[in-house]
Amino acid sequence: MSAPALPASLVDNPRLDRWIRFLPDRTVRIATGKVEMGQGVVTAIGQIAADELDVPFQRVTVLSGSSDDGPDEQYTTSSLSVEVSGGSVRLVCAEVRAKALERAALRLNCSRDELSVVDGQILQNGAATGQDYWTVAPEIDLSQAVTGTAPVKPVSAYRVVGQSVPRVDLPAKVSGAAFAHDVLPQGVLHARTLRQPSRGATLDTLDEAAIRRAAKGDLQIVREANFVAFVSPVESVAQAAAAAAPAHATWKNARKLDPVQQEAAWLEGQKSDDRRLGAAERTTPPRNLVTATFSRPYIAHASLAPSCAIAQFNDGRLTVWSHGQGMHPLRRNLAEALGLPAESISTRHRHGAGCYGHNGADDAALDAALVARHLPGKPIRLQWRREEEFGFEPVGPAMLVRLHVDLDEDGRPADWTTEVWSATHVQRPGNGTGYLLASEAMANPPPEVAPFDPPEARGGGGTRNTVPIYDVPAHRVLHHLVLRPPVRTSALRGLGALPNVFAIESMIDDLAARAGQDPLAYRLSIMSEKRARRITELVAERAGWRSRGPSGTGKGLGLAMARYKNRAAYAAVVAAVTVQETVRVDRIWCVADAGLVVNPDGARNQLEGGIVQAVSWTLKEQVKLDEHGIASRDWESYPILRFSEVPEIEVEFVDPAGNPPLGVGECTVGPTAAAIGNAVAHALGVRILDMPLSRDRIMAALLKG
Amino acid sequence: MDITLTVNGEARRVEAAETMSLLEVLRNHLGLMGTRYGCGLEQCGCCTVLVDGAPAYACTREVGTVAGRTVTTIEGLGSATDMHPLQQAFVDEQAGQCGYCLSGIIVSAKALLDHNPRPSRADIVAALDRHLCRCGTHQRIIRAVQRAAETLAGGRPS
Repeated sequence: MSAPALPASLVDNPRLDRWIRFLPDRTVRIATGKVEMGQGVVTAIGQIAADELDVPFQRVTVLSGSSDDGPDEQYTTSSLSVEVSGGSVRLVCAEVRAKALERAALRLNCSRDELSVVDGQILQNGAATGQDYWTVAPEIDLSQAVTGTAPVKPVSAYRVVGQSVPRVDLPAKVSGAAFAHDVLPQGVLHARTLRQPSRGATLDTLDEAAIRRAAKGDLQIVREANFVAFVSPVESVAQAAAAAAPAHATWKNARKLDPVQQEAAWLEGQKSDDRRLGAAERTTPPRNLVTATFSRPYIAHASLAPSCAIAQFNDGRLTVWSHGQGMHPLRRNLAEALGLPAESISTRHRHGAGCYGHNGADDAALDAALVARHLPGKPIRLQWRREEEFGFEPVGPAMLVRLHVDLDEDGRPADWTTEVWSATHVQRPGNGTGYLLASEAMANPPPEVAPFDPPEARGGGGTRNTVPIYDVPAHRVLHHLVLRPPVRTSALRGLGALPNVFAIESMIDDLAARAGQDPLAYRLSIMSEKRARRITELVAERAGWRSRGPSGTGKGLGLAMARYKNRAAYAAVVAAVTVQETVRVDRIWCVADAGLVVNPDGARNQLEGGIVQAVSWTLKEQVKLDEHGIASRDWESYPILRFSEVPEIEVEFVDPAGNPPLGVGECTVGPTAAAIGNAVAHALGVRILDMPLSRDRIMAALLKG
Repeated sequence: MDITLTVNGEARRVEAAETMSLLEVLRNHLGLMGTRYGCGLEQCGCCTVLVDGAPAYACTREVGTVAGRTVTTIEGLGSATDMHPLQQAFVDEQAGQCGYCLSGIIVSAKALLDHNPRPSRADIVAALDRHLCRCGTHQRIIRAVQRAAETLAGGRPS
């Protein structure tokens, strides 16, 4: 018998005891390398374990993000946690359950077939045996490697999976301390930084006396090459020093920017790595070519809390508490940046504010560790300032998307080119490029690495969702990976899916108009994939698409759909908008097909959150630049959607029809943006091609239209 | 200097500069970590507490100005194991994702319900508009406040 292919997480972490332990208090501790970011992953993984082991959910605890005791599962990204970590936990639990039954059969001198597990108790032909997981666990060798050969339960046997189990992390979050920011060891010192304005900038002068006068208290200044931190037992003293510092520091070789670089249009013509994917270059002249160019600007993750980390350096051992997205990668990156063996570092995950991609969390961890190394024995709590989070976190890259669609005689796409200009979507440290920010301020910064994007096998970056879901005979992607963007760019929820789906689904509406067809009917006429058709038809029904009025009235209804990464969950969205001087999104309907849904209410929460975030991106958000860098450094210059602006939302999952779980965290963002774009075009009678759909752009479109 | 104030019903004496923020005193002197720093600019609402029953930004409020007054933080409503109906309603509605904004929002909602036990949806939106939520759980939060209002009204003799 050939061994089944194991998920990557099990290949990397084969020992069973890396995943599961039976504790003396009659609980089971499951460990995962994925971390809770508000998406409910810890609860979902507990549900999977409870089902596969036949123990009550309340007896399962989940250890998440420990470099010492948990598995290494890289970063928590791309809506893959339930699929990969959940799939691994399921195989491990099935195998441990089988081993427990084998042991119990030996003890009870009976056949394994007579045994079953109910609530963790081992029964023989349905009767109690006095044996349970905790009595047989000492005789099971959990140091063995997982084989993946134990049969897992059929979906029909799931009892906990498929239930809306309340999130285990929420009670603490509504009542008190719950976050990395709240780790406050005895004798803690508070730290803030002075940031190097750009890579390569060197600190020329620092007026420490002036900073001390502004700080008005007990202050230590830690300097290492171009990294500066202000440390005090009194938090406000460190904060005051950091707030005053930029005015008392001069830098050489700081990069100067031009505000024109904040627009996606700037990307075209910049130096780029160019490649083609899909169909060969066309050799015949087009028959009926339609071309349009869409864009979205740089977008901030804009986590509600600035990044924070706590670090302590004791007898050569470094311990760091962080809200980063992967504790094992963080440990490796800290080791490299600090020149320490990885074994001497422990990284422990604590909750942070939602991150929606790669924000400042990992960078703050190195900042704290650098200060801790200068002040051994002292716990250091280093928190970024609000303006530092906006100003120095990596941002989601601006993108320019040009579609060239050649139509056949019936007005259907015959040849389709998606041409994309974008900087990299991945500069996570540990992916081989990019660094923890402060490493660039060291005396010998690591060399610059040529930028690259996630490979197509992982869904691509700028090319994510460039392939339309429609029946198109020939399709190609021209990808221009822009090499030197004005700001550090990295992963933002959905990567290129948002601008690409916005572009494709806008184009489809325009093609429908050219063909004189209703956008829904046109879509269905070129959409063979059954799962896509089903949700598109259903969302149209829910939204009352048939009674959609004429265009140009100021009220609009727009539809869009996509399958995230062309391989994760499907989502179809209808948006209802009112457009006057600005766009108001009144209502959103969404129907999704995510296969088997582990926690339906948790998944709905993710879809709703993705929708609201995409409304905010589409209507309001753009990172602004000035000559020094990012200029939008507070919530007034970077406004996001408020309570008074949030649409009513109806979300629905279709029956999984036996399909396995698909990641849901990011599936709504592209269709939501595109549905709004289409609804605004319907309301105005003219289309806005560039995000955000701001007041200025509406005015310009109306004048032009 | 010594400053005396009432926090969550208890008289507390703290030694701090009058100009220190109430937020810093609550977190670093009194160990009440439920009040959260978001921006320090009165723009996000994460640090909201009640001063004499009215919502206030603890990040910019100088502790000297609350001497002799009463301050209510999220911990004053209830704990994870003994929740106030508002906190329970947030759990019942699963009204949160990362949860960072929630303590400030719940405290603002407490002030709203104290003054207006039967708020309309528009009343709730108006009361919470000073708060930001980045995860997009707004609709759940509004439902949670409505649910809490119903629970609290039901529990009172009319």
